[in-house]
Amino acid sequence: MNRIASNLVGSVIEAWQEVRIHRTRVMLSLIGVAVAVCAITTVVGLGAVAQQATIEASERSGGRAASLYLSASMNDGSTPTGMPEIWRTALERYQIDYASRVVNTSQTVQFADGAVPVQTVGIDPPYGTMHRITLEEGAWFTDDDQTRLAPAVLINSVFWDRLGRPDLRTHPTATILGEGSTTAVITGVYRALSWETEPAMYMLADSLTALSPVGVDQNFQFGPPSYELWVPVDVSEQLVTALQRDVQGALGSAASVQVNRQDYAAYQDGDPYLPLKLTVAAIAGLVLLLGALGLVNIALVTLKQRIREIGIRRSFGATAGRVFFAVMMESVVATVVAGIVGVIAAVLIVKNPYIEDFISQGQVTDFPPFPVEAAVLGLVCATVVGALAGLVPALVAVRVKVIDAIRY
Amino acid sequence: MTLLHLEGVTRTVQLIDAPPLTILSGVNLEVNVGDRLSIVGRSGSGKTTLLNLLGLLDNPTSGTMLFEDRPVQSLSSGARDRLRGREVGFIFQQFNLLQGRTALENVMTPLLYADGRQFWQRARIATEMLERVGLGDRLGSLPDRLSGGEQQRVAIARSLVRGPRLILADEPTGALDLETGETVMDLIGEVATDSGAALVTITHDPAIAARSTRHLRLDHGVLQNSSPVPV
Repeated sequence: MNRIASNLVGSVIEAWQEVRIHRTRVMLSLIGVAVAVCAITTVVGLGAVAQQATIEASERSGGRAASLYLSASMNDGSTPTGMPEIWRTALERYQIDYASRVVNTSQTVQFADGAVPVQTVGIDPPYGTMHRITLEEGAWFTDDDQTRLAPAVLINSVFWDRLGRPDLRTHPTATILGEGSTTAVITGVYRALSWETEPAMYMLADSLTALSPVGVDQNFQFGPPSYELWVPVDVSEQLVTALQRDVQGALGSAASVQVNRQDYAAYQDGDPYLPLKLTVAAIAGLVLLLGALGLVNIALVTLKQRIREIGIRRSFGATAGRVFFAVMMESVVATVVAGIVGVIAAVLIVKNPYIEDFISQGQVTDFPPFPVEAAVLGLVCATVVGALAGLVPALVAVRVKVIDAIRY
Repeated sequence: MTLLHLEGVTRTVQLIDAPPLTILSGVNLEVNVGDRLSIVGRSGSGKTTLLNLLGLLDNPTSGTMLFEDRPVQSLSSGARDRLRGREVGFIFQQFNLLQGRTALENVMTPLLYADGRQFWQRARIATEMLERVGLGDRLGSLPDRLSGGEQQRVAIARSLVRGPRLILADEPTGALDLETGETVMDLIGEVATDSGAALVTITHDPAIAARSTRHLRLDHGVLQNSSPVPV
């Protein structure tokens, strides 16, 4: 045991001495390895950020995994009158906290340059969390907003720009035209997506319904309200069945009820970035291979110069196995050092705020930490390359005849 | 106590398109603990080949060779390497210091192949050894910053740092001037006496050979007793 420990430590010391003494040639030969490890690690790391950006973008539009969508209408096309009560009962029964009605409609808003139809979505407060909506200004709806006399609205940045970007601390308002004009208080601004050019806003579903006391259906220009639920993935299928059964049962056969899962994870099969990752990884692999070949080449050339040294070491008791291990360890120690440098460079690249912004395109709110698997992958690649590149010189070193080597 | 016992040892090498070349023939030799042995001979007489055999770097083609009563030929390669590292110290004509390593690192090198206390306390042991050969103030010096005499002293410290019982010196003063050579031989003799190791010196310098108590001559691969040549 003692001999194994001292052999192991001794080999690493010898290897480190070699790397230290021949640092210039080692550095030169390891640049390729470090670059390749950096590339592989960066690809995996940036892939994680890009993936997170995709997920968050998908979650903004389709909700988080698992988001269930419930829609109900009577066979004659009218809106089921008992739905609010049935909805509340279902949420209480299954203890679902994240749920929201979604009413898509259009409201006419008076701007300085005229009245403009504005796409309006009526929702409940949990919707913001369910769809990862982040605000540039102000705050998301709270339960207190339900009791406002003047309804609260969250507007997109196009809307805000059109108003002249008023300071929200001054409680700016917007006039919604209809049966009578309604003054709404702007409590927050969210960033419009890059393709959005028209004003849009969110209102609480109850406030939206209250805007038109004449008839509820009048507000539902784009169909009856739908209902969204954010539930644990592992029970989502059971909940689909249970909700379908409960709501259908409550409305009777004269109604058509549909419950299904529509978030990105329900459709996505595998990693959408896999082809890109594989391409860059293949290029990095090629760079790694070239780096390894350079390493083998330089190791073989320098080995010729070190034959005498190997002979001297053998004369002092170094066994063939020890020489083999030490020469191979030199390569491994050197590539591991290069690997560490490559991984550090990759971390600096991936966690650089400018790079993060560029890759995420402003779509990521929860930046993933630097993936440990990327760092491990980089180091494993470096170690394997080191071992493979060290194998050939190590075999040559073992075949050196001690007597000839000393006289070399 | 007999350290080395050689009986009827021959060493031949196979040549391409030529009959085998006999380098050593019928060598009989016994080296005891504490012996001072010199082997002289002309160039090409087989001195270095004999030294390689004695140092377990090479195997005889035929004959018997025992190291502490153990037949050397039956040892595995690894066992022979470990035995050599533990029991044999080499001093070379060209010093053979490892370039780029300090004097201390050079002396520590054999201890890297030891285990136990020798391995884990190698820095302290090597430092003491260098102090003993008068180089306590040159621990961090690289070989190319040392004089020839100093380099040979580092080599001596390195060969003795594991406390070998057999010291093999191959023309130890061949690369030194006369005065430095004398000093180095004094040191080798002193350290060998202190450690009780046997010292086998291969040389063709009669003055160096005269320092030994037993004198052998190698002539065309045949080892014979010899009288010291008057200096």
